[in-house]
Amino acid sequence: MADATANTPAVGIGPGPRGAKPRNAFAPRNIMLYGTLIIVAIYYALPLYVMIVTSLKGMPEIRMGNIFAPPLEVTFEPWVKAWSTACTGINCDGLSRGFWNSVWILVPSVVVSITIASVTGYALANWKFKGSEFFFAVLLIGAFIPYQVMLYPIVLVLKNLGDGISFFTVALGLGKVQVYGTLWGLVIVHTIFGMPILTLLFRNYFASLPEELFKAGRVDGAGFWGIFFRIMLPMSLPIFVVAMILQVTGIWNDFLFGVIYTKPEIYPMTVQLNNIVNSVQGIKEYNVNMAATLLTGLVPLIVYFVSGKLFVRGIAAGAVKG
Amino acid sequence: MADTGISSSSGARGAPGSVATQATLPIARKPSRLFRNLASKIALVPMILTVLVIFVGCTIWTVVHSFTSSKLLPKLDFVGLAQYERLWGNDRWMVSIKNLAVYGTCSMIFSLVIGFTLAALLDRKIRFENTFRTIILYPFALSFIVTGLVWQWILNPDFGIEKVVRDLGFESFVFDPLHSDQFVIYGILIAGLWQGTGLVMCLMLAGIRGIDEDIWKASRIEGIPVWKTYVQIIIPMIRPVIVTSVVLIASGIVKVYDLVVAQTSGGPGTSSQMPALYVMDRMFKDQNLAQGFAASTMMLVAVAIILIPWAYLEFGGKKSRG
Amino acid sequence: MNTMTAVNTESSISIRDLTLNFGAVQVLKRMDLEVAPGEFIVLLGPSGCGKSTLLNCIAGLLDITDGQIWIKGKNVTWAEPSERGIGMVFQSYALYPQMTVRGNMSFGLKNQKMPQAEIDARVARAAEILQIQPLLDRKPGALSGGQRQRVAIGRALVRDVDVFLFDEPLSNLDAKLRSELRVEIKRLHNKLNNTMVYVTHDQIEALTLADRIAVMRGGVIQQLDEPQTIYNRPANLFVAGFIGSPSMNFIHGAVKGGKFYAEGIVVDLAGYEGGALIDRPKAILGLRPEHLTVTNTAVAGKTIAATVEIDENLGADSLLWLKAGDNQISVRIPVEDRLNAGTSVHLEVDMSKASIFDAETEARV
Ligand SMILES: Nc1ncnc2c1ncn2[C@@H]1O[C@H](COP(=O)(O)OP(=O)(O)O)[C@@H](O)[C@H]1O
Ligand SMILES: [Mg+2]
Repeated sequence: MADATANTPAVGIGPGPRGAKPRNAFAPRNIMLYGTLIIVAIYYALPLYVMIVTSLKGMPEIRMGNIFAPPLEVTFEPWVKAWSTACTGINCDGLSRGFWNSVWILVPSVVVSITIASVTGYALANWKFKGSEFFFAVLLIGAFIPYQVMLYPIVLVLKNLGDGISFFTVALGLGKVQVYGTLWGLVIVHTIFGMPILTLLFRNYFASLPEELFKAGRVDGAGFWGIFFRIMLPMSLPIFVVAMILQVTGIWNDFLFGVIYTKPEIYPMTVQLNNIVNSVQGIKEYNVNMAATLLTGLVPLIVYFVSGKLFVRGIAAGAVKG
Repeated sequence: MADTGISSSSGARGAPGSVATQATLPIARKPSRLFRNLASKIALVPMILTVLVIFVGCTIWTVVHSFTSSKLLPKLDFVGLAQYERLWGNDRWMVSIKNLAVYGTCSMIFSLVIGFTLAALLDRKIRFENTFRTIILYPFALSFIVTGLVWQWILNPDFGIEKVVRDLGFESFVFDPLHSDQFVIYGILIAGLWQGTGLVMCLMLAGIRGIDEDIWKASRIEGIPVWKTYVQIIIPMIRPVIVTSVVLIASGIVKVYDLVVAQTSGGPGTSSQMPALYVMDRMFKDQNLAQGFAASTMMLVAVAIILIPWAYLEFGGKKSRG
Repeated sequence: MNTMTAVNTESSISIRDLTLNFGAVQVLKRMDLEVAPGEFIVLLGPSGCGKSTLLNCIAGLLDITDGQIWIKGKNVTWAEPSERGIGMVFQSYALYPQMTVRGNMSFGLKNQKMPQAEIDARVARAAEILQIQPLLDRKPGALSGGQRQRVAIGRALVRDVDVFLFDEPLSNLDAKLRSELRVEIKRLHNKLNNTMVYVTHDQIEALTLADRIAVMRGGVIQQLDEPQTIYNRPANLFVAGFIGSPSMNFIHGAVKGGKFYAEGIVVDLAGYEGGALIDRPKAILGLRPEHLTVTNTAVAGKTIAATVEIDENLGADSLLWLKAGDNQISVRIPVEDRLNAGTSVHLEVDMSKASIFDAETEARV
């Protein structure tokens, strides 16, 4: 790079370059850089584009044209069909059922998992006791165990939990209670598998808050819960948002736990989507399939586009865990 | 140190003589060891239960039962290593292992290379950085099911890329990985990379941005080319981020399941089998529990083989905490 | 061991045989400290010597390993921080960011379930004392550093306690505010006359504020005395070197027959205020820069010959760096008397203000 710093001599101005260095937006370097990035961006954006255009075409147009072409005739019928009449096996009430199942799974799972993890993280950061760090270390190691190792025994744990609770509810005349195969079983599973990363997230956040605030709270006579609710929580909105983003996308996108720990009537949206698209019966309606796929991706996509930078922070936090 | 020292590890408090004093002065009550910090201990019950029952208990349960002949129901009739012998003699398992090896190697290399390259490009103080990042990262918000179905559609030979290219006049163009025994795994790889590289890029970008600006000034003054600075100076400096990415990618590879289910269901034939699929099919389809347990135990061993050297490198020097 | 001596009911704070371990590291070592009611004690020492740890033990924020802590005649060794009758002010202010100034000041009282009227009255009084009435409804984020620290002091004040603990309250402020608030704290102490324990690593704060200073090193109190005594009669080499800026000049040599011998230096020790001057083959003579005067005339046994190396203008006065044999010596002189490098001069020693240390034990003789 030529050293073109314009020196202003004490007397007058000398020959040569002066003032701001000229910039060339079309320098080869820039063309290379932006060219590469644009091609990359097209590659990443293409599937979303293809999903959208396919879902807006009629089947004849799909059979005729190419998948990258924009629809000649826009139709929303595939969306309507995907939402309300697409079939999985004998049920033909569309993805709406899966959507609402997912909502019913999502809300309690997010609330319960974040509540438990935030309190756990707070206790680990500020109220350590002998052994608490050890359990936390094992929890983090647990995050690396392949789910497949624990799937089956958890079925047994949930069944036994149901029997255990039933022992009391039957005694109280409330009838038998099931945990395995129900919404609450899945909530427990999501709470368990979300715990390592969320706890780490909250623990690190609370540990990063000034320790002197905690001490001031103790001098002021606040206890474990007093400090948590009155001092720590009001300062923790950002980390709760990050945890929410993490959990909403994670739980909404879950397939494995949904298949194993629920029954067909309460299958989450991802499971139902897979059943609709990959069902062997009938002729394939690609436009409906893509509309269904888009519908399923909509919730996390909205979360992603709305949350912007926070999402990046959330996954970067998630990444710390590995 | 984040330790607020509510309880130091020694735990003991007070002087030998203070018990005598206590009798005369009511305020000095010695709290019992067990009940000290009680609220914190109660708050950590969910975590401790998760660790003991799920991460430790269920894992041990599965490993133990992998040495039995459990079929439909788990039972404790030990058959030694019979399940493992059958496992390693099983063609489908061998295909899964081979697939995992190919998918794992490619996924690891491409994720790191693409992720780092994209991060370096985005790091060049470009315009629309946020837009590019948003486009590259959004697939990460989607579920594997959605990803698998989109790419199944794009790679569809009758409508997708193959057809589009043929329509352009290249009549003999063939690009149908999902229906080829040999290439199906690369079809899955394309989808996997599409979804996962954004995260690696984000991590790497955060790592690069975390480096002292003065490094760039120094390398500019010394006239080192930009690409050389990245390769020779930046990469060694973001080693922790690279390690995190490697662990992250690796644990994702071992767990890969939903993507294959959605994209190929393991086909054509068994040619896109993966260990996680094998486990699920044995446990929940074939009612061959012990075989599933043995396979999942092998997955656990695989993770341990990846993680133990990493943990050793990361924490080996320092003394263990806890 | 800890003999059960009668409790000194005179003391406001009484620390007896206090030991604190962090794991295997002993941070406070069998410490004893008595603080009289209304006394202003400053804990002074380099960073990491355990000052904050000691303060946190007094506050009950750390569980001690051994020993006892008494406050106002009560054994509070096992008491909760809020039960100890203390107020505390922190370096980072530690104001609750989401509460207003008023909320910050009343939080502790609310936890005590005090009637609202009483809370309001106390907050109003404290606000008046500290001149922060206009700030009461603001959030801490909208305050300057100095204002924040006033609020933090106010939060301690409303508790109406006899013991105030300060952990480096002024360290986060700039120099000007620091001296302002220093004066204010002193005024507050004169007015309220409660016991204050004040941690700092700044010797100016210590010397100006303290009734007595406890100089700490490695979890042990090296010397506990009035500021003037600490300054003039440091108990050992560490205290001597830590207090005073620039630091005391140390000349290594020997004491023999009432004289101090070092390379090229012989000083008569007559007039030394301290212990008996028996002969020591290894001793250290400590001379503060302000206790040396520059003269042109040599007097045997009273002056040290030296050559000027550098003259630093400090504004109010000037600091002269000289070489006497192997020893580097600094001397504080009026600015008008500046000297050029290379000038040979003689330094007159004020033996009544000098200190002699045993080189082995490092204790003052
Ligand atoms: N929670 C803790 N765990 C372990 N060591 C600690 C802890 N807090 C302080 N220390 C150590 O105790 C010593 C004294 O610390 P401190 O009292 O904060 O020093 P200072 O005099 O600077 O206030 C230091 O060496 C510090 O490293
Ligand atoms: Mg300190």
